[in-house]
Amino acid sequence: MDSNEATTSESVSKKRGKTKKVKRKVKPDEAPVQEMDQAEGEETEKKSVSGPCFPPTFSVSEIKNKQRRHAMFLKLKEEKRKQKLELKKKKKKERKALGDQAPPKEVPKTIENQRIYDETTVNPEDEEVAFDEGTDEFSAYFSRLTNPKVLITTSDRPRGRTVRFCEQLATVIPHAHVYYRRGLALKRVIPQCVSRGFTYVMVINEDRKVPNGLVLCHLPDGPTAHFKVSNVRLRKEMKRRGKDPTEHVPEVILNNFSTRLGHSIGRLFAALFPHDPQFVGRQVATFHNQRDFIFFRFHRYIFKNEKKVGIQELGPRFTLKLRSLQKGTFDSKFGEYEWVHKRHEMDSSRRKFHL
Amino acid sequence: MQHDDVIWDLIGNDSFCSYKVKTKTQQFCRNEYNITGLCNRSSCPLANSQYATVREEKGLCYLYMKVIERAAFPARMWEKVKLDRNYAKALEQIDENLIYWPRFIRHKCKQRLTKITQYLIRIRKLTLKRQRKLVLLSRKVERREKRREEKALIAAQLENAIEKELLDRLKQGTYGDIYNFPIHAFDKAMEKQEEETESEEEEDEEEPVTREFVADDGFEESDLSDFEDMNNLKGSSDEEEEAEEESSEEEESEEELEEEKTKAQSKGKAPLKGPIRKKRAYVEMEYEQETEPAQKSKAT
Repeated sequence: MDSNEATTSESVSKKRGKTKKVKRKVKPDEAPVQEMDQAEGEETEKKSVSGPCFPPTFSVSEIKNKQRRHAMFLKLKEEKRKQKLELKKKKKKERKALGDQAPPKEVPKTIENQRIYDETTVNPEDEEVAFDEGTDEFSAYFSRLTNPKVLITTSDRPRGRTVRFCEQLATVIPHAHVYYRRGLALKRVIPQCVSRGFTYVMVINEDRKVPNGLVLCHLPDGPTAHFKVSNVRLRKEMKRRGKDPTEHVPEVILNNFSTRLGHSIGRLFAALFPHDPQFVGRQVATFHNQRDFIFFRFHRYIFKNEKKVGIQELGPRFTLKLRSLQKGTFDSKFGEYEWVHKRHEMDSSRRKFHL
Repeated sequence: MQHDDVIWDLIGNDSFCSYKVKTKTQQFCRNEYNITGLCNRSSCPLANSQYATVREEKGLCYLYMKVIERAAFPARMWEKVKLDRNYAKALEQIDENLIYWPRFIRHKCKQRLTKITQYLIRIRKLTLKRQRKLVLLSRKVERREKRREEKALIAAQLENAIEKELLDRLKQGTYGDIYNFPIHAFDKAMEKQEEETESEEEEDEEEPVTREFVADDGFEESDLSDFEDMNNLKGSSDEEEEAEEESSEEEESEEELEEEKTKAQSKGKAPLKGPIRKKRAYVEMEYEQETEPAQKSKAT
C-alpha cells in the first residue's frame, strides 16, 4: 500500500514536468509494479540497486503511457550508448597494452563489402562468356568491322533543357547527329536509320521539361536498353569546368561492371565510341557503376608526372539506372525482355545489386 | 396530363432543376437525353413532350424519340432506332423517322450525328497512332532511389577512381611513347645498370695491377749499360701506358654512364642543347714514333 501511494504520488509529480534522475531510477520499478503483481515489484525493487533492470519479458513498447514510454526508451538508449563506449575504451586499452601484437584493425563493413554474391559474376577467364561475347550483337563492333554512328533524338516536343542536353551529348559522342522527333513513330524511325547506316539510336525521354529517361537501341537488331536518367547537369552548371570538348575521340573507362548483365551493358556503352581513342585529345568518358547506378562523367586529363594526374571536368554529367534490357530493336509490346527491373523482387534487399 | 409550360415554369429559367448546371454566362443541362446540352425551353427533354436525340453507344449511333402518347409509360417512353454506319444513310434515316417533326429538333439531331461521327473517326485514327503510356511514379520509390543515388555517388569516389584508372593505363603503356614520363621505368633500368657497372668496376679494379719494376738491392742505374737501360725504360713505360689506358677507359665508361643518366633526365625535361661535351679524364702521353721514311718510288 505504501509503495502504491508512493508510486501514485511520484507518477503525478513526474507527469507535471521533468523528473529528476532519482525518480527516474525508481521509475522502472514503478512501471512494472503498476502492471504486475506487487511481489514481482518487490523483486525488481531489490534488483534496482544494481541499476535499472527489467523482467525478461518486458519491453519498452508495452507501456501504454506515451510520455513514460518515451522516457523509458531514452533511458534504454543511454544505457546502450554507455555500454558501447565502455566496450570501445576497453578495446582501446587492450590494443595499447598489446602494442605490436595487437590483432589487426577490423575492416569496417560497407555495402560493397557486404554485397550478396551474385552468381552471374563474370570471371575474367571464363571461356563461355568469352565465346558468347565473340558471337553476340557487338561482335561486329569489337572485331572492328563497323564504326559507330549515333542518332540522338527526343520524345515529342522537347523543351529547352532537353534540347541543350542532346546537343551536348552530341559533342561528347563522336559521329553523333541530333534530329528532332516531330511525332514520328520509333518503329518507323528505326528501319530508316538502319538503311542510312546508323549503329545506335538514343531517345531521350522528357517529363516536365527535364530529361528523365533514355532508350538506347543498338541498330542492326541489337539489344535495347531503357534507363532512368537523373541528376542531369549541363555544361554551364558545372563548377570549375574546362573549355568545350574538342573533336578528338575520347577514351572510355568502364568501371565495376561485374555481372553478366553488367558486362552486356558495359559493351553497349563501349560500342558507342569509336575504336581508336586519340590520346592527343586527352579526353576520357567514364561510365562508373556503383550499386546499380551508372555515373557518366566526361573529363580532360593531364599527367603532371608519372604518379599524379590532374582531371578537369568538361561536358555534361548524368546518372543512369537500368530499367529493362530487351533483345531486338525497340518493341515494347512484343519484344523479348532479357531483364526487367521488378521492384518487389529486386529491391527487397539492400545488399543485392544486379549490374 | 402533360403540361409542358407548367413544367418549364417549375424547372425553367431561374428555378431549380437537378440537371441544371449554372455558369456565369450560360446554363447547361446534364440530362443524358438533351440534344444540345444547354438549358433552354426548346432543348429541355422534361419540358418537351415531343423530343428526339441522337446518342452513341460503343461506336454505334442511335436515334431516341419521345412522343406524348407514351408519356404515361415511363418504361417505354423512349423509342430507340439504330442508325446506319454510313453517315449519309444515317442522315436519311433521321429524316425518315423525324418526318413532320419540328425543324429545330430535326436540325439539331443531324448536327449531333455529325459531331458524333467526327469524333468517332478521330478516335479510330488516334488508336492507330502510338499511344502515350503514362507510368505512375511512386513518390516513396522516387525518394528512396534519390537517396540511394546520393549514397552511391559518395561511395563511388569518382575522381579517385578515374585518376587511378588513368595512372594504371599509363603504367601499362597504353599511351605508348607520347609521354616521356616513364622515368620510373628508366630509373629502374638505370639502377640496374649501375649495379652491373659497379660490379664490373670492382672486377676491373682488381685486374689492372700497376706494374712497376723495382730495382734490386744494391742496384744502381749507372751500372747498367745504356742499351739495357733503354730496353728497361721502354718496357716499363709501355706497361705503364697500358695500365693508364685501362684506367682511363674505366673512367670513361663511368662517365659515359653518368652522361647517359643526365641525358635521360634532361630528355624528359628539355632537349639537349649544343654539342655533347664528354668530359674525359685527361692523361697526356707523349709517344715517340719511329716513322719509316716514305717510299718515294711508286709502282707504275
